[in-house]
Amino acid sequence: MSAKEYRTASAARGGLLTVSNVPNIAFGDRVRIRDQKGNTRNGQVILSSNEEVLIQVFEGTEDLDMENTWVRFLDEPVEITLSPEILGRVFNGLGEPRDFRPPIVSNLRRSISAAAFNPAARTYPKEFIQTGVSTIDGLNSLVRGQKLPIFSASGLPHNRLAAQIVRQAKLPDDDSRFSVVFAAMGVSYADARFFQEEFASSGVLGNVVMFVNMADDPPVERLTLPRMALTAAEYLAFDLDRHVLVVMTDMTHYAEALREVATAKGDVPARKGYPGYLYSDLAEIYERSGRIKDRHGSITLVPVLSMPSDDITHPIPDLTGYITEGQIVLSRELHNQGIYPPVHISPSLSRLMKDGIGKDFTREDHPHVSNQLYALYARALETRNLASIIGADELSARDRRYLEFADAFESRFVQQGEDEDRSIEETLNLAWDLLSTFPPQALTRVTETEMAKYHRQSGE
Amino acid sequence: MNTVTRKGIILEINGPIVTIQLPGVHNGEQVRIGSLGLYGEVIALEGDSAIVQIYESTEMVRPGEPVEGLGHPLSVELGPGLIGGIFDGVQRPLEEMFLKAGDQIPRGLSPAPLDREKLWHFVPTENLEPNMPIIGGARLGTVQETETVEHRILVPPDIEGELIELAPEGDYNLEETIGQVRDRHGHVHHLKLHHRWPVRKPRPYQSRDNGIEPLITGQRILDTFFPLLKGSKCAVPGPFGAGKTVVQHQVARWANADIVIYVGCGERGNELVDVLDSFPKLKDPYTGRPLMDRTLLIANTSNMPVVAREASIYVGITLAEYYRDQGYDVVMLADSTSRWAEALREVSGRLGQMPVEEGYPAYLASRLAAFYERAGRVETMDNGKGSVTLIGAVSPPGGDFSEPVTSHTKEIIQTFWALSKELADARHYPAIDWVDSFSADVGTAAEWWHENIDRGWEKRRGQALAMLARDAELSRIVNLVGPEALSSAQRWVLEGAALIKDGVLQQSALDPVDTFSSPEKQFLLLDLILSVYDEGAALIELGVPVQELSEMPVLARLRRCKELYNSSQIDQLREFREEALQDFKAIHSEYAQRGEQTA
Ligand SMILES: Nc1ncnc2c1ncn2[C@@H]1O[C@H](COP(=O)(O)OP(=O)(O)OP(=O)(O)O)[C@@H](O)[C@H]1O
Ligand SMILES: [Mg+2]
Repeated sequence: MSAKEYRTASAARGGLLTVSNVPNIAFGDRVRIRDQKGNTRNGQVILSSNEEVLIQVFEGTEDLDMENTWVRFLDEPVEITLSPEILGRVFNGLGEPRDFRPPIVSNLRRSISAAAFNPAARTYPKEFIQTGVSTIDGLNSLVRGQKLPIFSASGLPHNRLAAQIVRQAKLPDDDSRFSVVFAAMGVSYADARFFQEEFASSGVLGNVVMFVNMADDPPVERLTLPRMALTAAEYLAFDLDRHVLVVMTDMTHYAEALREVATAKGDVPARKGYPGYLYSDLAEIYERSGRIKDRHGSITLVPVLSMPSDDITHPIPDLTGYITEGQIVLSRELHNQGIYPPVHISPSLSRLMKDGIGKDFTREDHPHVSNQLYALYARALETRNLASIIGADELSARDRRYLEFADAFESRFVQQGEDEDRSIEETLNLAWDLLSTFPPQALTRVTETEMAKYHRQSGE
Repeated sequence: MNTVTRKGIILEINGPIVTIQLPGVHNGEQVRIGSLGLYGEVIALEGDSAIVQIYESTEMVRPGEPVEGLGHPLSVELGPGLIGGIFDGVQRPLEEMFLKAGDQIPRGLSPAPLDREKLWHFVPTENLEPNMPIIGGARLGTVQETETVEHRILVPPDIEGELIELAPEGDYNLEETIGQVRDRHGHVHHLKLHHRWPVRKPRPYQSRDNGIEPLITGQRILDTFFPLLKGSKCAVPGPFGAGKTVVQHQVARWANADIVIYVGCGERGNELVDVLDSFPKLKDPYTGRPLMDRTLLIANTSNMPVVAREASIYVGITLAEYYRDQGYDVVMLADSTSRWAEALREVSGRLGQMPVEEGYPAYLASRLAAFYERAGRVETMDNGKGSVTLIGAVSPPGGDFSEPVTSHTKEIIQTFWALSKELADARHYPAIDWVDSFSADVGTAAEWWHENIDRGWEKRRGQALAMLARDAELSRIVNLVGPEALSSAQRWVLEGAALIKDGVLQQSALDPVDTFSSPEKQFLLLDLILSVYDEGAALIELGVPVQELSEMPVLARLRRCKELYNSSQIDQLREFREEALQDFKAIHSEYAQRGEQTA
């Protein structure tokens, strides 16, 4: 570490500080800044030449006085200190404790911007995780090592759903629990407290590492926070052989912080003012989930994001959907009808489901049952739409059956208690209850054998 | 190639864009920068300094560190050992990097793409003798690269002259000389089993040729409705989750191509693992060999450095041209060209170039066109025929096809497989929209189908599309005034269209039987469903209520036919056809009798 302090700061604007005439500073170097009041701020070099160095200041550049700003270059990238002691602890976006306990002492420090995993080192995620939530397990199954976000919007119960997943997630016939890494960016005190209490009351707190940045904390810190959290998760998964479930909320606040810094830097905006590299930046985060050859542990990632104005085509959900392996989409309409969890299945998807379900994993009929429910519900929604135009009385008997199905599906299959932990067997049987309201010839996505075995009418 | 290296220093680091001072450096030249020796490429010269894009992360690189010019542009190694491999965006061998360096991709490491030690059994071309004149692209001999692929060893395209020596049949490694050519300046070139070629320069051929036959993909909606010719260009646009990757994987699996090059450009790591895991276990339906024996992967996943993403597309197409020059039909899949365009945008933004639309530089359209132009069917330098078929996924932001990359691409390609969110949400896969998609090659494809499968192809195809269009129209009416407004005949059209959608268009990539459908099966299914429709339409004329027809049990079976009969059970499918039509005949005679009685 260099002891030399420079007092050549020449400009400060929007979280960025320019320092002139400092030779040979490394790109990405960590920086410590002392302001006129003697307070310390942290930063990172984002452009470097001998004439000029540009620093992104995590705590912001407000009221910096150029004359009285001292800059020290630490000659190391942004790092996190790691040891098994991180479990049960709470940190901020820079990896400093925010639980009033002493810092972690360890020789193991890792840069938070890890190199990309070699695709040849990965193994394909295949192990079905039972979350106990029918819309997920039955229709959009999660597997170990998957990245599956929750697309939500303000006022919807995404936090409750995320907490329910954390509480209930397990592999059928396997007792090993997940370790949890929880990353909160720009959240309210109420939300942070909700999660803390959740973890405490379900007795997992000692198994959780929390990284928290509140709504009134410096936004720039949100940029390092998910990387801190994932570096910790990688350590737990690939050094300590644990299965790690990472919950990140709210990725929208992360992206907004990125936009703020990008705008200050003068980066060319692509859509809605977000920089063109938002995709790559999000991918650097999301792609850190997965399974690695010959490693026991895994990282399963459940990011939560709120869709601005409920708009799924907004760049944040849009780019997220282009990177993640599916998405669980919450609907205001279902929520307003009092349905919990308000999962709208049509736009929801799990891309890794295909290899984790069916014979040998869940049950042989699972893939077809899922397809069949999707097809029926799509048709049922069309029918509902038609009924709203021409009136339900005008519908044919066949169409009316679809209408009834839509209601039953939402109130029985989608709807469930916050503490209701349904086994996959229960979920599939429930599905057959609903399928059996149709005659066998209306169900062409399930096989004839499955029909004979599970369809109530053919079974009799 | 010039191997003299020159030294310089780094002036500025701005993420992947680094300014250097290196006297005599050329635009496009490869450089290594910093103490780690990171690889990069000069993209602009400005007075004394040069601007370099770096393929790796520049974290902790400093001004003042050394720079080395390598004297040649970004190029790839071409020779046996490519097939079955997985390379990154600048052709570094990922399997080997994994064995050498572990889970993560280290910086500055650059093992040779092809194995130097491995011996290949070389068989020289017959009748090729010393003292004969020889041209670039001529075939010196062959080695068996995989069980499926015979690798033809070519004279590098930029060498021509007199053959002064050709090695006898035997085992050689990549570094051994297998032939010598004296050019007209008297310079003697030592030819090996491999050579290098710069990726941004299209490989030469004698002439362009028209496409003459369709690429058969085994996917009904593609082959039957929106055919793609070998040597043609195609785009697959669609919002996230609509099925672009699955379409491309399906083509990679089942297309009747000799070589498949799959470029994962800025997409998910696990999707490449999926190919790596599944292809060795799957059999090529045409040769019975493991699919990996004809497949090659280029991987620049979304989290890898963005500049190498830009290069990966060119690396892929150059490898494709190389196999084309050997006389093969090559399919190159690029998933996704949008990520490549975004890499262009990122670099141009960092260079401070003027953005024109959504941040993209003005040269986006011309770059796209020049890239797609490298597809085609050609007469090769040694008078053979080869083709590169190019299929690019496009990922429009928000699924909006009017955005720059989709709209420019649409003007370039001949076949357009448009994916729809509505279909995907209803789990109608492949979610290819039959209204928005098109193929400019139906006429040529029809000749092939008529000659090889059935003379009725074009007519049946047209009939099905007309019925789908009619269905859309009638559905609009239903949505306005309800189903009662339709006549029986019109309601039978709805039923017929539903049969086509379920029984022909929908095809699950996950179903072990339906994942591949031979052209024969494709036509039989289509013809069967249309025949059933025709029979039904005739019955409705006779006064049979549409309700009675819609509830016929045979219709449920008809929808399942695609999964019940595989492509070699054509006879059984024909038998079923007879049975199905029999059911209609029975009703026919029943009503005809009744008609006579009442008459
Ligand atoms: N033909 C098909 N048969 C069965 N399932 C399919 C088919 N096509 C798509 N799917 C389903 O849709 C999912 C999404 O498809 P895919 O990954 O190809 O989307 P994409 O368009 O490539 O999305 P992105 O742009 O985000 O990469 C698949 O995981 C699979 O579940
Ligand atoms: Mg894809």
